[in-house]
Amino acid sequence: MQEIAEGSLLTLIWVGIVGFAVFMYVLMDGFDLGIGILYPFAPTEEDRDTMMNTVAPVWDFNETWLVLGGAGLFAAFPIAYAVVLPAMYLPLLVMLIALIFRGVAFEFRFKARAGRHWWNRSFFLGSLLATFAQGVVLGSFIQGIPVYGRQFVGGMLHWLSPFSLFCGVALVVGYALLGATWLIWRTIGPLQDWCFRMARMLMLVVLAGVAVVSLWTPFLLPQIAERWFSLPNLIFLSPVPILTAVLAVALWRAIDRSRDVAPFVLSMALFGLSYLGLAISLWPHLIPPGVTVWEAAAPPETQVFLLVGMAFLIPAILGYTAYSYWIFRGKVTGAFGYH
Amino acid sequence: MDLDPLILSRIQFAFTISFHILFPSFTVGLACWIALLEALWVGTGKGIYRSLSEFWTRIFALSFGLGVVSGIVMSYQFGTNWSRWSDTVGNVLGPLIQYEVVTAFFLEAAFLGILLFGRDRVPRGIHLMAACLVALGTLLSSFWILSANSWMHTPAGFEIRDGRYFVTDWWQVVFNPSFPYRLAHMVTAMFLTTSFVVAGISAFYLLKRRHLDHARLGLGMALALITVLAPLQIFLGDEHGLNTLEHQPAKIAAMEGNWEGGPRAPLVLFAIPDVEKETNHLEVGIPALSSLILTHDFNGTVPGLKQFPADERPDPRIIFWTFRLMVGIGLLMLTVAVVHLVLRFRGQLFTTDWFLRVLVGCMPIGFIAILAGWFTTEIGRQPWVVYGHLKTADAVTPSLTTEAALISLLSFVVAYTLIYGAGTYYLIRLLRTGPTHIHDAPQPPEAQSPKRPLSATDQSIEAAE
Repeated sequence: MQEIAEGSLLTLIWVGIVGFAVFMYVLMDGFDLGIGILYPFAPTEEDRDTMMNTVAPVWDFNETWLVLGGAGLFAAFPIAYAVVLPAMYLPLLVMLIALIFRGVAFEFRFKARAGRHWWNRSFFLGSLLATFAQGVVLGSFIQGIPVYGRQFVGGMLHWLSPFSLFCGVALVVGYALLGATWLIWRTIGPLQDWCFRMARMLMLVVLAGVAVVSLWTPFLLPQIAERWFSLPNLIFLSPVPILTAVLAVALWRAIDRSRDVAPFVLSMALFGLSYLGLAISLWPHLIPPGVTVWEAAAPPETQVFLLVGMAFLIPAILGYTAYSYWIFRGKVTGAFGYH
Repeated sequence: MDLDPLILSRIQFAFTISFHILFPSFTVGLACWIALLEALWVGTGKGIYRSLSEFWTRIFALSFGLGVVSGIVMSYQFGTNWSRWSDTVGNVLGPLIQYEVVTAFFLEAAFLGILLFGRDRVPRGIHLMAACLVALGTLLSSFWILSANSWMHTPAGFEIRDGRYFVTDWWQVVFNPSFPYRLAHMVTAMFLTTSFVVAGISAFYLLKRRHLDHARLGLGMALALITVLAPLQIFLGDEHGLNTLEHQPAKIAAMEGNWEGGPRAPLVLFAIPDVEKETNHLEVGIPALSSLILTHDFNGTVPGLKQFPADERPDPRIIFWTFRLMVGIGLLMLTVAVVHLVLRFRGQLFTTDWFLRVLVGCMPIGFIAILAGWFTTEIGRQPWVVYGHLKTADAVTPSLTTEAALISLLSFVVAYTLIYGAGTYYLIRLLRTGPTHIHDAPQPPEAQSPKRPLSATDQSIEAAE
């Protein structure tokens, strides 16, 4: 199966690009799925309008990163796409159906009259289930996927385990934190106050979740325990948990002092560190426990053909994303009505 | 027919992509129509262009949303249900799909936000640019996905090592032999589809004596485009057919319902193909016409299904009819174009009620023709998924069980029925409500505060209540 030399720079770049796309997805769709998770608990129906309006111009853009992650895997690491997706058949089915129901709620909710509460429900349940399913996929991925030849050889319920279900719950709370802190940034008044209260509570649960997952993961595969707890790795990698603790304190203080932007930025940083920790645990495996990124990589002619375009397109995408977010910057209030 | 993961996955793919394709079929043309109206608004300052653009933008937003969510399903389905295909062709097709995402999807999504919600937040020129970039995005998306699809019909520029495809020439991969024909045929079909919807809605308002200025403008522009595109499409379809004859003769034989092949082949107008007995029942045909159409010569030799091994023949029972349905609609479109010219010449275009009623009735024909055409070309390449190299039966996910495949198929059927039912209901309500009136420019763009609602579509509903 080996086509690419170990340590190939092209493969490393592609690991970076796909990893970046997945992380962008987690951050960007994370906060708008989080808004959906918080949705039914908001104080008033007007607040729900406002919450939805803070992401209405950007949600479908945020979701495009999910397609980029999927397509990137297909192009740069076809075997990973061909193994991971069938292994996650049922949770991915739940995710796709849930994303359909929440995606259309953005348009349908404002058009419905009597049926509006159905689209509220559709937005909440869609966001909740899509997030939970993503967490399950993540957890089950960390646990490992059996591969024979170039195909997945497990059963249709292989993904189901206490760990994967726990990851599902943890991600729901995590996205809810991103959503709450995003809303702190983009709203004012009673809604913002409510978000501060939610963020404080969610933050504690998220930290507990991160701690549990971090301690649980090394017990799943001996190679992960070895990665973290052998010397000298223990010393080199110690900044990851230490920085996480520092961030947690900073986030707590930022919420305490009712800062506008800092809670969102710090929550994203918390996600960044968790993501980094995950990457450290799994490296160099793309399909744990057996298939490495070197084995899974597409051949050089494919990598180069794609990279030529990416070199220009990814910066362009980031540029016009920034422009679009800048246009829709500032506080969104419930005050603007519907004509 | 026993239910197994293969047949269930095929049904699921056919079901989800048939629903999905309805939306791009409509939004590609619509995005260009909106960009044109925005350009006219910026250029002339006439309020009618802006209000017509805002009306169609509301329709666009709703359709685009449905297209996005059903599109995400497509991009994951390749892996979940067709993993062996994904692994085998990933090196070749992965990059084409990836290029579609980074050149088209992001562009559409980012600038759609500005097009829908940004009118009062950005200068007029930027808003126009956003409309143009959304249109460009939809066209780029068609380019890449049709290139990938065409490659599976006419694979080129690759070699096979250990059962997997490796690219030797990217130019040949992207511009594979059937791609230019398929692209031209499909893009023209999408513009025709949008034109017939715009013409139908405009005719509906004229019949109801509402929004008369908007309706005359929309009807005139849409019919002008139909008059150019309908004959062009027949020409392009013929060219595409000749290309298929060269590369996929078995598909042509099945479309024509021709078992024997040979010279002076008749054009079969009606038949019930019988796969068991390898013949047609109740056949009615015009002698030698099929040879003339396909080879431009009465004595030309055309392929027959019996020339191909029985397990490498497409099933003619569906595509014989879908092909005729598509061609029939093409001829109907041409008739509409000709009648329109006569009425316009006589100055009776906006007052001939029977013709307006015909146009209302013609609203869905573009969609039907596109579905019929895709059924023809996709069923016509069976049993291959990569023509001549990889059979569909060898492409399905090996680990997939019948139960899981059945659960997913039923879930998609239920979800799509609910979502598309609601979507169609809201679309029809928007269409019945019609555009809102806007005064002519010059007027300064409104203040920087977001006074407009952040759903692009609620305005006219409120106005109607």
